[in-house]
Amino acid sequence: MPSRAVLRYSFGMDAQTTQALIRFGLGRRGTEAPPTDPQAWLAAQLAGPDPAQFPRFLPSVADGLTLLREQRRLHEPVVQPALQADMRAQTAELITTAAPFRERLVWFWANHFTVSLRQGDTGAVLGPFIREAIRPYVTGPFFEMLLAVMRHPAMLMYLDNAGSFGPDSPAGQRGHRGLNENLARECLELHTVSPASGYTQADVTAFAAVLTGWSVELNTLQPGFIFRQDAHQPGAKTVMGQVFPPGDAGGVLALDFLAHHPATYTHLATKLARHFVADTPPPQAVQAIAATLHDTKGDLGAAALALTRLPAAWAQLAKFRTPFDFAVAALRLLDLPTDKPPMLPGVLNALAQPVWNAPLPNGWSDRAEDWAAPEAMIRRIDWSYAAAAHLGDRDPIEMADANLGPLLRPATLAAMRGAGSRRDALTLLLSSPEFQRR
Amino acid sequence: MLVSRRSALLGLTAAVTIGPSSLALAQAATDRRFVVVILRGALDGLAAIVPHGDPQLAVWRPGLIPPPNGPDALLDMGGFFGMHPSLAGLHGLYAAGECLPVHAVAGGYRSRSHFEAQDFLECGVDRRVESGWLNRTVGCLPARHTPAGEAVAIGVDIPLLLRGPAMVGNYAPDGAERPQPDLYARIAALNAGDRLTGAAVAEGLRERDFSTATLSGATPVPGVPPNSFAGLAGAAGRLLAAADGPRVAALELGGWDTHADQAARVKGPLKQLDDGLVALKQNLGDAWGQTVVLVMTEFGRTVRMNGTKGTDHGTAGVAFVLGGKVAGGRVAGIWPGLAESALFENRDLAPTTDLRGLTKGVLAAHLGLDGRALESVFPGSAGVTATSGLLRV
Repeated sequence: MPSRAVLRYSFGMDAQTTQALIRFGLGRRGTEAPPTDPQAWLAAQLAGPDPAQFPRFLPSVADGLTLLREQRRLHEPVVQPALQADMRAQTAELITTAAPFRERLVWFWANHFTVSLRQGDTGAVLGPFIREAIRPYVTGPFFEMLLAVMRHPAMLMYLDNAGSFGPDSPAGQRGHRGLNENLARECLELHTVSPASGYTQADVTAFAAVLTGWSVELNTLQPGFIFRQDAHQPGAKTVMGQVFPPGDAGGVLALDFLAHHPATYTHLATKLARHFVADTPPPQAVQAIAATLHDTKGDLGAAALALTRLPAAWAQLAKFRTPFDFAVAALRLLDLPTDKPPMLPGVLNALAQPVWNAPLPNGWSDRAEDWAAPEAMIRRIDWSYAAAAHLGDRDPIEMADANLGPLLRPATLAAMRGAGSRRDALTLLLSSPEFQRR
Repeated sequence: MLVSRRSALLGLTAAVTIGPSSLALAQAATDRRFVVVILRGALDGLAAIVPHGDPQLAVWRPGLIPPPNGPDALLDMGGFFGMHPSLAGLHGLYAAGECLPVHAVAGGYRSRSHFEAQDFLECGVDRRVESGWLNRTVGCLPARHTPAGEAVAIGVDIPLLLRGPAMVGNYAPDGAERPQPDLYARIAALNAGDRLTGAAVAEGLRERDFSTATLSGATPVPGVPPNSFAGLAGAAGRLLAAADGPRVAALELGGWDTHADQAARVKGPLKQLDDGLVALKQNLGDAWGQTVVLVMTEFGRTVRMNGTKGTDHGTAGVAFVLGGKVAGGRVAGIWPGLAESALFENRDLAPTTDLRGLTKGVLAAHLGLDGRALESVFPGSAGVTATSGLLRV
């Protein structure tokens, strides 16, 4: 029926525009103006610095460590309010940003380099970690991000490197202390070359020795990263056949080597393609991104741009939304004030993907099978019903049309039209198969 | 297609918002109950069942051994081994002959990655496949249909261990405002044809009905938060005890990756495990006599204490077999010793029992699986002998 068609496309979005908004972006926010040229819109977000503006009172890592030190000294809970403010500000950015592709990249890389609140007493430094070691680097060389991450107190605390001593270093000898290989292992396995590269236990141990002395100084005016020469294992070390000199520079050289390793490019390309193309991405997609990383010496902006140019990345609704994707898209659809419930952290607690709380250093899964369990689906439905109470006097059919355009299925539209209330209609939209996808 | 690590694993410190643990259950036409507890993050076997009779122990890890006397002293196991003081409930089962620790156990996996080792632990195969060995076990048991459908589960996700062709669903305690049944039905219909969401929504609604009915009227364990590990384990006990309830359950508990300050950090998870196993037994009631519980972890930890008073990723560790008919009250397995020359790659407890053999022994003795069924549960494990003598006859 022509009249229906007029209604369905009244917001003027074609399928490609909608796909750009949900696959690369975070879902359309309310009735914000859709991009006129999706490719150009995505590319523009990769130019220039991170546009996110955060309140000046959010702590730097030095501020966070000072709070942590004072909390330990005075037994006053001063860290939690700072953490809450940081989490509120950074999750509000997901809802309000006008550069949602770039913001998606921020959370992708923060998940790649997972620091979680679950261990290492990281509450004081986790927000600063993402603002200082992730955000500035998502369109730059991978090596720069890797270096910023590995020298950031948050990662050094989360994966225990701050207390790792060279057994033959002066401090190690004095205190009978030794290596902690946690960070070295996860850096090889998760952050860079991956087990596919064939490294051995000896490589893990040697890399841990390379990183001895990379630590955190709390008791100073500007607490932060410190290289503790007297905790550093003396002598050259061999990691994956490469010899690295002793000292702080040895660690930087090792990260340089790992960041530019072909196995790292393949590992990163696989993860990017899994996030932007499909759970099991086509090998050509992975190869294309790996080749871009190789040709640009690991330029993450170039890799992101290359992703937008893969035809496979535009296949409609090919990715299942994680609870994170689902909740962000739903809150953007609802377009409510970000300082009142429902707020993202609470929503993600209810949906079992709590913010900055990944159980393990490998972060949250990017695969449908990990998120489509029966109880998980029922929780989405229950939350959708609760969230739909915030509909106000808006028309859910118009909201559906604005949000999904031509990707809204006739069956969903029919079910919404037949619903007993506007709240039920919006619950049906949020519980529809197409809204579970991006 | 490769199967990923499950990702929504619920670890310890999020107990304020979501469960610390998860539980999944499956149905089968048998009176026998089988519970698998996965300890994610690698439990240090030498911290749980402490070989204090081995003279090398104090050499390798002087800061990690509980004192011989006082309230934090090791619990007596009759000589060579002692049990961690946080495992008082388990120690009671040991004294009653219903707890069998098996030491120096490891799967067939050797590269010390949590994530690959957990996949291996759950798949039971040295390559990643799409189903877990416990799901394949359910597939070997006679199926039955009950009001709950083929399966019921508790927890927001299903671990790889229980994923596969045999139907398994899940359920988690919750108290939010919910849609009316009619709206649920419309949502189920809207999703019915969808490859991913169709079956999941239908299954989720059915299981929630059954579990809510079975658990209604009282909290599963009085005084225990329903989302704690003990709460979920207690709920599992009640569901498994029901005449028309599920027969197979998988529980998981995190918090074991004790790279630093292990002596302090391992106490909490051990206490939670202990409380959970006690709650499980309590709520199983008479069915405890028909139950075997297998507690396992992906690998053990280094014998030597590391530079931060913790331990790093190792190889062999400890497993537990529990139940009313378990031939317990002793430590099973061959003790490889802690002499430097006996350590695996000069760092880890050497494996002397294959975890697959131990599991096969349980499946054969308790669930009656024959050789062919065992081969389908653990493909390629023909050379791994099933451990015998696990149950009293």
